[in-house]
Amino acid sequence: MNSQTTPLLSVRNLKTHFFMDEGVVKAVDGVTFDVHPGQIFGIVGESGCGKSVTMKAVLRIVEPPGKIVNGEILLRRAKGNGSNGEVIDLATLAANGKRMRSIRGGEIALIPQEPMAAFSPVHTVGDQIIEAIMLHQTVSQRAARKIALQMFKDVGIPIPDQRLDEYAWQLSGGLRQRAIIAMALSCNPRLLIADEPTTAVDVTTQAQVLRLLRRLQEDRNAAIIFITHDLGVIAQMASYVMVMYLGLVMEEGPVDEIFHAPQHPYTQALLRSIPSVNSAPRVNLPTISGSIPHPFNKPRGCPFHPRCEKLIAGKCDARTPALQTVAEKQLVSCFLYHDVEVAS
Amino acid sequence: MTNHPTIQLPNHPTTQRLLEVKNLHKYFPIRKGFFRKTIGNVRAVDDVSFFVNEGETLGLVGESGCGKTTTARCILRALTPTSGEMLFRPKAGQTVDLAKLSRQGLRPLRPQMQMIFQDPYGSLNPRMTLFDIVGEPLLVNGMKNRKERTERVAEILRLVGLRPEYMQRYPHAFSGGQRQRIGIARALALHPRLVVADEPVSALDVSVQAQILNLLLELQKRLHLTYLFVAHNLSVVKHISDRVAVMYVGKIVETATTQALFNSPKHPYTAALLAAVPVPDPRVRTGNVELKGEVPSPANPPSGCYFHPRCGYAVDICRVQAPVFREIVPSHFVSCHRADELKLQGIA
Ligand SMILES: Nc1ncnc2c1ncn2[C@@H]1O[C@H](COP(=O)(O)OP(=O)(O)OP(=O)(O)O)[C@@H](O)[C@H]1O
Ligand SMILES: Nc1ncnc2c1ncn2[C@@H]1O[C@H](COP(=O)(O)OP(=O)(O)OP(=O)(O)O)[C@@H](O)[C@H]1O
Ligand code: SF4
Ligand SMILES: [Mg+2]
Ligand SMILES: [Mg+2]
Repeated sequence: MNSQTTPLLSVRNLKTHFFMDEGVVKAVDGVTFDVHPGQIFGIVGESGCGKSVTMKAVLRIVEPPGKIVNGEILLRRAKGNGSNGEVIDLATLAANGKRMRSIRGGEIALIPQEPMAAFSPVHTVGDQIIEAIMLHQTVSQRAARKIALQMFKDVGIPIPDQRLDEYAWQLSGGLRQRAIIAMALSCNPRLLIADEPTTAVDVTTQAQVLRLLRRLQEDRNAAIIFITHDLGVIAQMASYVMVMYLGLVMEEGPVDEIFHAPQHPYTQALLRSIPSVNSAPRVNLPTISGSIPHPFNKPRGCPFHPRCEKLIAGKCDARTPALQTVAEKQLVSCFLYHDVEVAS
Repeated sequence: MTNHPTIQLPNHPTTQRLLEVKNLHKYFPIRKGFFRKTIGNVRAVDDVSFFVNEGETLGLVGESGCGKTTTARCILRALTPTSGEMLFRPKAGQTVDLAKLSRQGLRPLRPQMQMIFQDPYGSLNPRMTLFDIVGEPLLVNGMKNRKERTERVAEILRLVGLRPEYMQRYPHAFSGGQRQRIGIARALALHPRLVVADEPVSALDVSVQAQILNLLLELQKRLHLTYLFVAHNLSVVKHISDRVAVMYVGKIVETATTQALFNSPKHPYTAALLAAVPVPDPRVRTGNVELKGEVPSPANPPSGCYFHPRCGYAVDICRVQAPVFREIVPSHFVSCHRADELKLQGIA
């Protein structure tokens, strides 16, 4: 297990809120997790639960009116380049300062959720990758192009020389996704954040992209934070899984425990409700009643309590359970397992 | 126009065909230059044949751009097919060819064929109340009495799991899943026989998707509906379908009962699709067989079998001759030269 190693990234009680005219959206409201070197750390949850905002906070690219209002984002830096492996709190850095800019795209790279956002339409993909390489490494333009070309080869782009001189919109969905991965990897990141890297592509392309990411992680021993709402993808990719709901962590643990011994009622219900190619056809699926509340109407207490079949009246609807270790390796925030509530 | 022979559909005396599509083609011209000269065609639907029996669900799967929506829109005559037949058996009277009917001739049949769309946000008029959205088709079809209409709308809303008290609300007041229920209510208002659902759960959250799938199954039983269910998600299609048709670059490459298609696929493309689906169980490793390359453009499809450049089983004949779509075992149709000899892996 990875828990023996020192974490590469430790997020502690992170809160990121959006201050809107209509009110405050508490998109991320007290999230804690550790990512270890070489780990594929999966984050699952339905739309709006705060997956992307958590990662934007880590990269310090939360757009206004959003703000990190609490918490620590501790990154253990690589040795060398004048650093001796010290830990810095990214939450305290200036979002556009020199240090944060060298970390973003350098030590931590992002595959963004919107594939078109990754590349500008007015420059060729090659020029953009070369620019990124030159920003983080002291190399000549020519050497940077060589690195970019090698990256395109590594991610399996056919005729890479020609593709470098094309624009993002000229590439098919599958090729564009590979180019984005090539760009993210061009500076040898120690942590790659992949935010729904396969939602926009077809299932056969998805299989290609997932294989590619797995191979890169093995070859380079980089850590990957893999975000998706697809439980199939998470089961196949992640070694450790964190389940989010309405800005909070409901449960986390090793992938096998999450899928074969889920503890939180939300994880259990979510797993039951998905049709699978392995399940019997045309029988009713067990469902979760109701729908995800609007972010302005977050319920009091446990965020899942209005939809929970096991709710303890007077408790779950009044107090918010904290994330606690329950089984050997699993952490759950649910009063069925403990009595610890979130400090207010 | 093509060298593909017509398929022979067997006669099932017990089950009634509601819809039978034969050699359907839909080409979109590619125009260029000042005179908008046609320089080629996008063969969006390229000789497609299938049937749907009364009361069953036929799932239509395939990757983006393979022609699923175009096929669905042809059947509902939102598009006029380039050629082919679409035989529909109406509630009363003789079987008609939807491809040949005029607008006038189609009008009495429209209520019997309805569509459910993917996007529950975009497909509802934001300025209409629930009552207007669901009641409009009733009004258009002659239910002038408001009280009668209110009663019928309330009945349909209850049927799809919405409260009749919400009748005066606007779509923005509803969640994604509720909006999809509204879309279903509107489609059901006129007692249709054939419901074409184009990716009806693709935009929904996982927990809500299950609710809508259950609703569709329940409504089918209660109202004896026939579904043509279009989707790209194989797990969803498996869940809802009695039979499944797999499309690739404008063609149907395989059709079989759901069980047969998933357990013993006969077409290498179907097998590749099944292998690519990530199974939600970390103890089962999937995605080990890689399908190389990309889906070709329907404007410029490959020679012979359209799948041959990506197929691991391709032999010389595959490159030059298009395989015939044929019934290889009863009710199992496939177009692959090697379908008889290949032993392909399905999902147990
Ligand atoms: N720029 C913004 N302004 C206001 N609210 C925002 C902004 N960005 C995100 N939010 C809100 O924060 C919450 C979390 O959003 P986030 O994008 O992190 O969700 P997600 O889990 O990534 O969902 P998805 O699966 O749809 O990508 C949502 O309620 C969203 O509406
Ligand atoms: N009006 C049109 N004019 C020209 N080409 C079109 C038109 N409509 C569709 N096409 C093309 O026809 C092909 C089939 O498109 P269609 O929308 O039927 O695919 P689909 O299987 O529904 O895909 P998706 O899963 O992305 O919805 C595509 O190549 C598409 O670009
Ligand atoms: S006909 Fe040939 S190329 Fe096409 S699927 Fe069969 S074996 Fe593969
Ligand atoms: Mg997101
Ligand atoms: Mg479509």
